[in-house]
Amino acid sequence: MTTLPDAAPPRGLTWRLTGRTPEDVRTEADALPDRPTPGALVGGSGRGVRVCVVDSGVDATHPLVGGVASAHVVRRYEDGAIRVDPLKADDPGDLCGHGTACAGIVRRVAPDCELHSVRVLGERFTGRGDVLLAGLRWAVRQGFEVINLSLSTTRTRYFEDLHALADEAYFGSSVVVASAHNTQVESFPWRFSSVVSVGSHPVSDPDMHLYNPEPPVEFFGPGVDVEVAWLGGATLRSSGNSYATPFVAGLCARILSERPRLTPFQLKHALYLSAANVHVGGSR
Amino acid sequence: MTQPTAPAAPSTDPVVAELLQSVVDVARAIFGAQAGSIMLLDHQSFELVFQAVSGQGQEFLIGRRFPAGQGIAGWVAGSGEPMIVDDLRRSATFDHETAESTGYVPDALMAAPLVHDDRVLGVLEVLDPAPGPTRAGLPELELLALFARQAAVALRVAVDSSATVPAAEERDRAVRLLAEVQRLIGDRADW
Repeated sequence: MTTLPDAAPPRGLTWRLTGRTPEDVRTEADALPDRPTPGALVGGSGRGVRVCVVDSGVDATHPLVGGVASAHVVRRYEDGAIRVDPLKADDPGDLCGHGTACAGIVRRVAPDCELHSVRVLGERFTGRGDVLLAGLRWAVRQGFEVINLSLSTTRTRYFEDLHALADEAYFGSSVVVASAHNTQVESFPWRFSSVVSVGSHPVSDPDMHLYNPEPPVEFFGPGVDVEVAWLGGATLRSSGNSYATPFVAGLCARILSERPRLTPFQLKHALYLSAANVHVGGSR
Repeated sequence: MTQPTAPAAPSTDPVVAELLQSVVDVARAIFGAQAGSIMLLDHQSFELVFQAVSGQGQEFLIGRRFPAGQGIAGWVAGSGEPMIVDDLRRSATFDHETAESTGYVPDALMAAPLVHDDRVLGVLEVLDPAPGPTRAGLPELELLALFARQAAVALRVAVDSSATVPAAEERDRAVRLLAEVQRLIGDRADW
């Protein structure tokens, strides 16, 4: 019998299993959730799961948002530096309304989740791709379990950085739920298989999600005529992939609250199995 | 190379002014809307400036400015995504400062970015599109977004006669967009 050398687990990239036995890499896992009964949502309440909304900020005082655990803003300074700063106390949080709308949807679907906000819109547009990238990178490195990104960029020069960042999130067990563009243009990061990509379906059922058998996009959520939270405690109705995305992000939080050890690929599988149009064991 | 910018103040160039007015008039006609407007981005002051208006507010809105990072138009300009919203009058706080200054508070609004070469030039808005058998939705928003892209190409050509992209390529792009717009207009004949 060969004795394996007593080596410290390798750091960084693992090219092959060396110096460790299968027992060393034993992994305790959660099984996939059961398919929900008709009319019910998959998973738990979102308790214990941190969801970060990367958008125009969030009005934490809106009754449909129910507060946020943290709020940050990404700023580009005159010297070109980009920093993520905590939001000042007198900052309203959201100047556009869109991030508040997304946060309200996450809260509806996963009422007990812990919401966080990082604002990447509302400042000057110069270098906005860099600001988006910095905000997403910050969220990934905070280790948020779920990151809602109802935004994308059409600029191909961000492709590589966003791709690497999406992979970093995937391997670090942060699931990035990314919205497809509302018009037929190429944009990122929703095109990457390492994220959960979402578009809207027109069905009036506010709790239905569907799997797209011809991805991308991989999933469809309710995104037509959605009543959403807006500025000043108000609501309005709006349509778009933007609102289908936080619905799916909320589902991710629900699933993870019940089964926190699920990996991003299992989570995607759970979304797949719980989609209304997926029939396991049906006729071929 | 320094990119030329769209005019930040109401254009004194009669060709540009006519182009913008034509775009907003056609957008309003396509959707049977109460009003339409084009706001261009002033990169210096980071404001959106009303450049052309059709219908409500036509007489006094031109030249008015508001912060570019705020409200629905601000999100559209910042994200590069179109947006459609409804039930605005029910929302007591909907951009009231802006809406009241325009003298008209719409109930529904569609807005699309004027984007050329990944650069946001401004925002095209349509207020209170005419109700059809179904309310304006994502197909109509896609049509507006396509029309806005075509308008942005035309605006870039009009503003910068020495455009960096060859004119033939610009023409081809405009023709492709026009064909797509015509297809979508045809698709919505029953709207």
